[in-house]
Amino acid sequence: MFPFSFEWIWDMSHIVFHGGLWYALSILGAGMTYCILKAAYDTAKGGEGHGEHH
Amino acid sequence: MDSELIPEGVQRCSLGKFILWISACGVVLLIGVYAMILCWVKGLNQTNMNDAYGFALWIWADLAIIALGGGAFFTGFLRYIIGIKELKNIINYAVLIGFICYSSALLILAIDIGQPLRGWFIFWHANVHSMLTEVAFCLSCYFAVLTIEYVPLVLENRKIDKIPFFHNLSHNMHEVMAVFAATGAFLSFFHQGSLGGVAGVLFGRPFGFREGVLIWPWTFFLFTWSAAAVGPCFTILITKITEVATGKKLVKDNVIELLAKISGWMLLTYMIAKLIDTWYWATHTAPALGFTLAQFYTSDPGSWYGYWILFLEVVLGGIVPALILVTRFGRTNKLALWIAITLACVGVCTNRWVMVLQVLAVPVMTFDGWFTYFPSWQEIATTILPVAYGAILISLSYRYLPVFPQERELNPLPGQETETVKQLEEDQEEPVGKLSPAAETA
Repeated sequence: MFPFSFEWIWDMSHIVFHGGLWYALSILGAGMTYCILKAAYDTAKGGEGHGEHH
Repeated sequence: MDSELIPEGVQRCSLGKFILWISACGVVLLIGVYAMILCWVKGLNQTNMNDAYGFALWIWADLAIIALGGGAFFTGFLRYIIGIKELKNIINYAVLIGFICYSSALLILAIDIGQPLRGWFIFWHANVHSMLTEVAFCLSCYFAVLTIEYVPLVLENRKIDKIPFFHNLSHNMHEVMAVFAATGAFLSFFHQGSLGGVAGVLFGRPFGFREGVLIWPWTFFLFTWSAAAVGPCFTILITKITEVATGKKLVKDNVIELLAKISGWMLLTYMIAKLIDTWYWATHTAPALGFTLAQFYTSDPGSWYGYWILFLEVVLGGIVPALILVTRFGRTNKLALWIAITLACVGVCTNRWVMVLQVLAVPVMTFDGWFTYFPSWQEIATTILPVAYGAILISLSYRYLPVFPQERELNPLPGQETETVKQLEEDQEEPVGKLSPAAETA
């Protein structure tokens, strides 16, 4: 899973498989971090998001 | 007692009746949990799996519920990426159904691996030459996406929404939902496909083996296509069942008809591809490996796989529902719609059955007979477990969360009718998006 794991080899299969995994995890992690930090900032500022979502 | 948690402007049954219903589902759930604990404590000897059936009822259930849960990624793709506004009225429910399907699939896998404490091995010691590794990666990540899509709905609970941080968090998550939905569509494409790819690359199993493009057999694309086609049918089916159970109309006809129309055309195009694939496999691929079509559908002793299963999968579960759904009459007639969406779901479940279990049943050596298998009660109970879990989660979500945005409008409380008529008149003055002819009529 990580380059420091003993089975890790720098070949195309590892790069494609784990590249895809970390790419997806990075998007989800960055997206949620942004949402949480912005929610904390908005709350501290005293503002509230607008009514209808969906 | 729990009235403050129930969304405003909607009516729910009494708490006592609700607890009774949840308890009834809970009994089924507990039987499943008991069987699950047996499998974990005593091991996989609790199942009837054997050397011939390394994949069995659980893997079929996994593939079937993942295909049926495909409504979440495809509806999300249509709503957030393509931008079909009407689908905002059913996307919450599609996400909830997808969340239930994928969490159930992961639960079944956790039982199937025998030692769930080693479940993380597939990530840490990944076999990068296995399609199942890709499935495990994408399945886990997509479940995270579904959780992210479901959380804002939970945060919209009447009480939780009053807390400013959660209100803002829910709002922000909606703002960037397109990014999560796009990631979900990307992940779904690969894991749905790779589940099909697993059967397609089995060159030692001519029933499943297919040719293809580069490393991807045709079954890779057929599985993704069929999940995108039938997933929305399952969403409509569960919506209709919920409407019958609650005695209320929850989603407007134009939304259902639009989703049914998209699903119908996806199903029709899938069936054309499937028929070509079946014809080529029967006349070229299998004969090149020394098999005839009749050998796969024999009625030899020990086999119950006749041509009827091919007919059920392709004709009754594919062509018939596709033809019903692409016609305006089929979508607007209630009985025809019920038949079509039910048949489509049966069709995709049959497809997953043959690609998991018939593949293993067909003898590949001249001295082999048909392999038989019947699941143990533990396997059956743990397979029914997700149904009870799904019923409970749907019931809780329906009771406490604003799952259906059109519910208030379609079911006004006494004294709110005038307001609803005004709202309907405003809606007619300001049409949103372009609808199908059937939807415009509605």
